[in-house]
Amino acid sequence: MARPTEVEPGEQKAPVIQPGHTFASITEKIGAIVLKRPIMGGWVFGMFICFLILQWFLFAVCWLFYKGVGVWGVNIPVGWGFAIVNFVWWIGIGHAGTLISAILLLLRQSWRNSINRFAEAMTLFAVACAGMFPIFHLLVWDVFAVTTYLTISLVFWFVGLIPDLASLRDQTSNKALKFIFGSLAMGWRNSVRHWNRYETAYLLLGGLATPLVLSVHTVVSFDFSVGIVPGWHTTIFPPYFVAGAIYSGFAMVLVLAIPIRKFYGITDFITMRHLENSAMVMLATGWIVCYGYAFEAFMNWYGGDPYESFLRWNRLHGPYAWSYFLLLFSNLVVPQILWFKKIRTNPVWLFFISLDVLVGMWLERFVIVVVSLTRDFLNSSFGQYYPTQFDWAIFIGTLGFFAACMFLFMRVLPAVSISELKVLLPQAEVKVEHHEAEVHQ
Amino acid sequence: MKDPRIFGLMAEFGDVNSAITAARDTYAAGYRKLDAYSPFPVEELSEAIGFHKNGVPLICLIGGLLGGTAAFTLQWWINTISYPINIGGRPPNSWPSFIIVTFEMTILFSGLSAVFGMLALNGLPMPYHPVFNVPQFDAVTKDKFFIVIFSSDKKYDPVATRQFLEGLNPLSVAEVPS
Repeated sequence: MARPTEVEPGEQKAPVIQPGHTFASITEKIGAIVLKRPIMGGWVFGMFICFLILQWFLFAVCWLFYKGVGVWGVNIPVGWGFAIVNFVWWIGIGHAGTLISAILLLLRQSWRNSINRFAEAMTLFAVACAGMFPIFHLLVWDVFAVTTYLTISLVFWFVGLIPDLASLRDQTSNKALKFIFGSLAMGWRNSVRHWNRYETAYLLLGGLATPLVLSVHTVVSFDFSVGIVPGWHTTIFPPYFVAGAIYSGFAMVLVLAIPIRKFYGITDFITMRHLENSAMVMLATGWIVCYGYAFEAFMNWYGGDPYESFLRWNRLHGPYAWSYFLLLFSNLVVPQILWFKKIRTNPVWLFFISLDVLVGMWLERFVIVVVSLTRDFLNSSFGQYYPTQFDWAIFIGTLGFFAACMFLFMRVLPAVSISELKVLLPQAEVKVEHHEAEVHQ
Repeated sequence: MKDPRIFGLMAEFGDVNSAITAARDTYAAGYRKLDAYSPFPVEELSEAIGFHKNGVPLICLIGGLLGGTAAFTLQWWINTISYPINIGGRPPNSWPSFIIVTFEMTILFSGLSAVFGMLALNGLPMPYHPVFNVPQFDAVTKDKFFIVIFSSDKKYDPVATRQFLEGLNPLSVAEVPS
């Protein structure tokens, strides 16, 4: 099998790592972002904006705790508003990180090695954002699923970081940094016995995180399916939610990867191959989501339930019809241009399509949560939902929190896995014969 | 007579294949108390020094079984013994509703035991280790491969072992002070 760094003859794909790198150049290039790169004006500016948003968020949350959930726009009949919409949206975004780190690990998709680190960071921060909503809203049922997911994601991420922290420890000559990275690396010394156990543990974590990530959004979708509200009470929710989660998650991966690879000059490691593969995952999961929409509509008609039929009519013609049409446009129509290779390999197009998918997936959660609740069984309980400024402040605040975490992460930890990239180099190929074969000869 | 101030002898290699060959030769020469170090995981290298299986999967399995059992027992105890309530006429031990939490706790416990088991078997955290005393060892996290024969090995001899290691074509051979 050809190494991912070598381009096979006749193959159109870009390599996973640009040719010409050595073990040392990878170590130095990634380490330099943390250890040597000066603080740039752009970083300070971005961090400042995010910090301001974070303060706004803090204010909104303090006010929420002081006054109670009355400051939100939730009321009867819409008792679940932005908090649930945002919770489901954020946790879905987190799923792509686990998909990249765990499922692609099990499937031996080695291209994941250069994007798994920041995708896992994205998962952690997104789950932290999602976790804030159950804290503010107390939806006890998700506690087990979400805390387990957060813990396992954190452990997975940290285990991946240990060898790289050791690498930073060995690269820096600054005493304080050496102490910090050295403490975090816990004395990791690259012993092959350690690597052997490490690889086993990492693979086991991948195997455990795979059913976990599928279960988390399934549990989230159960929150809806167990209710009898039209639009919630359906069995297609678990797979449809999981596919939507991965869809929005890969969109977020692209939204982060495209600027990061450009501003930090790591286009050698996050190549066009990664962008194109992510775009193809988006296209595929986008169609699964669309299958979900189609089947929902079909069952509304085929089921013959008058309330379900009314739900269909209400989504298409009711006061929130704009959200449903915008959702179809963003999630179904726009991403179809990803069929063209020219678009798939153009970072600018990909960036904007990903933003569009993120908006679309947020609207999907909005349609499911809010629109269903505004029209249930009795005309007397029909109502409208008006989000207040605090709903918006907390939603936008979590975006600021997420971005601030990403800004910090880029500067304090290696954003691309150093040791896992080395495995992909042609120099890492073992050419000597296998040991057992020699014994039997 | 062994010198207690010496932890062992360290040989440095520049590429993965010569490190694997050297590790096999060392093992074949009868050295058993040795370790190899590489910048990235190399399965062949750990096999070359005679390290094939590890205990992490077993710890992970035990952890998962414990977690699942504990989660199920907790829910069963709460619902049938400690505080049984009639919810829509369902029996107190409505086990299907316990599955999600049991599943999540199984994953949590097996994941944590895999990681902490790995760290414990590796003897980490360990802030001090003699190999860090050798200046060129810093490159182990960059691009160099190392083989260390411990002075506790039966076959270890300050002169003969050094000669043996030098015969393996290393970039350098150094004494590791303990």
